[in-house]
Amino acid sequence: MSRLKTLARREAGLPPLAGGHSLCQGCGIPAVVRTVLGSFDRPVVVVNATGCLEVATTRFPTTAWNVPWVHVAFENAAAVASGVDAAKRALRRRNALPEDQEPAVVVFAGDGGTYDIGLQALSGALERGHRFLFVCYDNEAYMNTGIQRSGATPFGASTTTSPSGLESLGKAQQRKDMTAIAIAHHVPYVAQAAGSHWQDLSEKVERAAAADGPAFLNVLTNCPLGWGHEPRIGIQMLDAAVETCFWPLYEVVDGRFRLTYEPEEMLPIEEWLRPQARFAHLLGPEHADVVAGIQRQVEDDWEALRSRCRESERPMSRSEF
Amino acid sequence: MNVRDLRLLTGGEAVAEAMRQIDPDVVPVYPITPQTPIIQTFAKFVADGAAHGELVDVESEHSAMSAAIGSALAGARTMTATSSQGLALMAEVVYIAAAMRAPIVMALGNRALSGPINIHCDHSDSMLIRDSGVVQLFAENAQEAYDLTVLGTRLAERREVMLPVLVCQDGFTITHSAEPVALLADTAVRQFVGDYEIPHPLLERGHPTTHGPFAMPDYYFELRRQQIAALEAVLDALPELALGYEQLSGRGYGLLEPYRLDDAERVLVALGSATGTIKDAVDELRDAGEPVGLVKIVSFRPFPAAALAELLRDVPSVIVLDRAASPGGAAPLRAEVASALSGEGTRVEGHVYGLGGRDLHPEDVRDVFAGRVGDYVGLRGEPCPV
Repeated sequence: MSRLKTLARREAGLPPLAGGHSLCQGCGIPAVVRTVLGSFDRPVVVVNATGCLEVATTRFPTTAWNVPWVHVAFENAAAVASGVDAAKRALRRRNALPEDQEPAVVVFAGDGGTYDIGLQALSGALERGHRFLFVCYDNEAYMNTGIQRSGATPFGASTTTSPSGLESLGKAQQRKDMTAIAIAHHVPYVAQAAGSHWQDLSEKVERAAAADGPAFLNVLTNCPLGWGHEPRIGIQMLDAAVETCFWPLYEVVDGRFRLTYEPEEMLPIEEWLRPQARFAHLLGPEHADVVAGIQRQVEDDWEALRSRCRESERPMSRSEF
Repeated sequence: MNVRDLRLLTGGEAVAEAMRQIDPDVVPVYPITPQTPIIQTFAKFVADGAAHGELVDVESEHSAMSAAIGSALAGARTMTATSSQGLALMAEVVYIAAAMRAPIVMALGNRALSGPINIHCDHSDSMLIRDSGVVQLFAENAQEAYDLTVLGTRLAERREVMLPVLVCQDGFTITHSAEPVALLADTAVRQFVGDYEIPHPLLERGHPTTHGPFAMPDYYFELRRQQIAALEAVLDALPELALGYEQLSGRGYGLLEPYRLDDAERVLVALGSATGTIKDAVDELRDAGEPVGLVKIVSFRPFPAAALAELLRDVPSVIVLDRAASPGGAAPLRAEVASALSGEGTRVEGHVYGLGGRDLHPEDVRDVFAGRVGDYVGLRGEPCPV
């Protein structure tokens, strides 16, 4: 059966995340969640950090979730998942949880709950080797509280706490490379994906689900409100991020890097910047050097990543892993 | 009680023994003085196969309580331990654990909050989470720390309660002092606590549930009211469970413990290890003909206000000893006692003692009864130069 049919079949009847939630028109999050959960061939338990997804899907006494779901707070989703994973192991040991009924533990957190306030708990859980998949829906700012900068906000983006102005070009710092931070934990599976490339995302979830240990997926997810793009062009926006190499799609399996998609031709970074209001202040001729700087940074990062992928093609010694 | 059934254990070791006997499924831990001996002793039990739970060495107390919520709601009996700054760090999640009705049992080695940083006992850590909705039981000694851990496990999991239970023992004074402790048989403890059962755990198949949703003004108030009712249910549930425990152990427990109240005219009210010292002082003063007594509060949360009022209604003078201050306001236990006795003819005064581990001596207690101390017991150089 084709992947699309499989995903559709798994959503028939009771989809894990039902409609009727209050996420914004054009929001990229629900498609990511549905693709991720539809890619599991076994039951799941969802742990959700505080954020848009949590707030918009569980307004008491309603819920949009047809799978077991738990939310505790903003910064601790990975710690909660650690507890669920430990409970699974304990119940299995005393024969209270048959193996065929054992659900996979999947975390959804935004970039705030991953890059920033959630980083410590995530790092601890990755280091301890819990069996779980952590999915960051990275929309590059604190969107739930009204578009404040995060560690994932790219250089130059205007947010409500890094606004552009006469004396400001928006966020003055580079974003942190969260995917690299996850890789540095030597976990079996880490990947970057984008909501636009659902097939790639789905395949990555399958590989993550098969990993014998923690898996981390950083998924670029559009936010019409925060990025300032028309709701109907969300997928095009994400596609532009991939085609400009601003957001490369790659995976690291047991320390080996592999590009899962390579654009035929790297599009100029303006294709990514132009449709988004958060970058509008950079696009006048007076800031051509700034845009050229962003372009150079993207090219350097892309080259460095390609180099890591090439290195991974040769046999690795044990000490390198 | 045969003396051969007694073991020489610190309070920390006694609680670790209780944990070994309860054999919880999951124990997320993070070290902090003076609680650390509890988790170290328990970790060795696991390493030696004497306990079988999953020890999760988390990276902070915030994550310890977060992981505890995850495992308790997933359907696994869960215990942890902390002190002072650890409790302060996890305070956010302690509130949520109560709100999510996660029946986690946590040993608390009471220690002063920073700053200045200090490792010794007072009750400021407990008082920090006074309003979190968790049960707080205070032990007088290692034996009580052990007993209340076993009892607290059943209490936490009672259907009408379903709340975290903190078993508080004074840091160092109890956690690190070896005393004779009577342990129940392992099988008796297992039988007493029974199996862990909660409605609709996360790992239950065929009944997906949403835990920890978002509640707006249209429901938040009602949900909070349910939590308050759950905590109040302890006022009936604890004495009932304690009866069963007494049959098993010969040791009785209540929400509070009256001590030599017959015809008492001056009665101290206190928590924790100081009540042992106070009992000695009361005995001496009674021998000298002084009409003094003590009420030891076992359950600080919920606070047994009605039971206390019943006991102290006819006592002319009640003196509350707090091991925590509330700067700018009434100390927590004093405020509680004054509220419980409001409308009665009783005079309630209070003193703060023992902050940061300063000892309370029998002569201090005599001075308190004699009215020879000011607001602070054992404080040097009052008034303090600033």
